[in-house]
Amino acid sequence: MKLRTFGLFLRQAALSLWRNAWMSLAAAISVAVTLFILGTFVLLILNINFIANTLQSSVEIAAFLEVDAPRSEARALQERLKNFPGIADVVLVTKEEGLKTLAQQFGSEEELLKATGGVNPLPDYLRIKVQDPAQIGEIAQAVQSMPGVDEVNYGQAVVERLLAVVRWVRYLGAGIVVLLGAGSLLLLMITIRLAVYARRREINIMKYVGATDWFIRWPFLLEGFFLGLLGGALAAAAVAAGYSSLVNKISLSLVFVPLLRDGYILWYSGLGLTAGGAAIGAAGSLLAVHRFLKV
Amino acid sequence: MSKTTLRGCFFVSSLEVGEGLVQFFNVTKVYNQNIYALKDVSVKIDKGEFVFLVGPSGAGKTTFIRLLFREELPTKGQIIVAGRSITRLRPREIPLLRRNIGVIFQDFRLLPDRTVYENVAFALQVVEAPPREIKARVEEVLAQVGLLSKAHLFPHQLSGGEQQRTAIARAIVNRPRILMADEPTGNLDPATSREIMSLLLEINRLGTTVIMATHAWDIVNTLKRRVIALDKGRLVRDDREGVYGYEA
Ligand SMILES: Nc1ncnc2c1ncn2[C@@H]1O[C@H](COP(=O)(O)OP(=O)(O)O)[C@@H](O)[C@H]1O
Ligand SMILES: [Mg+2]
Repeated sequence: MKLRTFGLFLRQAALSLWRNAWMSLAAAISVAVTLFILGTFVLLILNINFIANTLQSSVEIAAFLEVDAPRSEARALQERLKNFPGIADVVLVTKEEGLKTLAQQFGSEEELLKATGGVNPLPDYLRIKVQDPAQIGEIAQAVQSMPGVDEVNYGQAVVERLLAVVRWVRYLGAGIVVLLGAGSLLLLMITIRLAVYARRREINIMKYVGATDWFIRWPFLLEGFFLGLLGGALAAAAVAAGYSSLVNKISLSLVFVPLLRDGYILWYSGLGLTAGGAAIGAAGSLLAVHRFLKV
Repeated sequence: MSKTTLRGCFFVSSLEVGEGLVQFFNVTKVYNQNIYALKDVSVKIDKGEFVFLVGPSGAGKTTFIRLLFREELPTKGQIIVAGRSITRLRPREIPLLRRNIGVIFQDFRLLPDRTVYENVAFALQVVEAPPREIKARVEEVLAQVGLLSKAHLFPHQLSGGEQQRTAIARAIVNRPRILMADEPTGNLDPATSREIMSLLLEINRLGTTVIMATHAWDIVNTLKRRVIALDKGRLVRDDREGVYGYEA
């Protein structure tokens, strides 16, 4: 295609957008609203993933050894577990260390020892970090069945509920994203179809005098592209503004909730929304023009 | 001026071989499984001819033109234009065929929001001709159809005859080999019709093959050109210097 021809297409697209300025604006805003909701969901999913990962990676297995097990056996077990598939790290917490920690929380060591008749009642235990939180249940079971292990604890109820929530949010989110994407596509398609319909006589004559299909498509493609781009950019700006202020509020009141604060996430989601809007616009116009080219 | 985009390569080969410019071989066109718009039509039209396509309403004249223009495909048979089979054109070759065939209609089909000049220039822009060529060529063609002084007017400011002349200018601006006219005088009074006819004859005299579908038996009978008569989709007559024959 010649550059001059492309200029012609651009002018044609701009003219059409200008002629239907209100319609174009309405379409761009509708697309912006749908893409805004879409973007919000994407960020929500990303954050829930992030929170889940953060929480999961802080979940550990505590394997309590039998109270009278000798220290050497504890160390041997620690070494064995370190090489166990799926386990990232194993730390031995001796009963003496355990007592110290308890003492810090509940007063002094002597008082504690007095209360238990002078003997340290705690067992040695192993703090096990796993590589994939989803496997924590299996690994805990395997550890439980090892000789010398008395009891295993990893807060399974919490972990399982967390995993269920994450899965559910992912599916729901993906569904909503697809739905809203299709909605934006439809919106743009309807808008462009109106523009195409208004120019159907012209299209017909263009085909009669030997215009190629792409010559006819391009102006509409550009029109849809710009509408989608505008809608996407508006949505990106709104998402960015909304997200930053929301994160600031949340991190003030709920300090312990980990959120994605990185500026990159806004750049990427903004870029994604803008590019996605433009792509949806272009695809929508191709679909809209299609029927009118059959002459 | 002679070098116009893409046009040359499509239609050079076969003309010199001495075949007809347009050939229908046993062409049948069926609509909706049971409407025979054309039935087993075979005809050959040579370069430079002026041909009337006559017959009562529903005879298949418009279908004949639409097939030639590749707006429809024949149900059976073969159509050759300048040595190329219409039925075997690839989709992206269709525009190239159409740049070699001008077409005008009873209802003119001008764009109402564009001037005479813009309506004609449109046909050149669409084939990506250089702007400088466009201006010169459009003015040349408008002079040929006698509308140079009305180039800046919009279609609704023109008489019917002037509108049809604008449509003719648009149809020939690309220098097509064939000009097809589907009842071009159908909406015009006798005096204006004569004007349009003399313009079409002049275009034919300059070398363009003209195929004109018409009801107007007086025009056909005066001009004594080749007449192809269709009736209920069948070719019923093909006379070298014919008369309409259906006016009685
Ligand atoms: N697109 C179509 N669908 C169905 N029938 C059609 C179509 N076009 C034409 N016909 C039928 O084909 C026959 C020939 O029509 P046409 O070629 O328009 O005749 P003419 O131009 O001589 O009046 C008519 O019976 C007409 O109703
Ligand atoms: Mg007809």
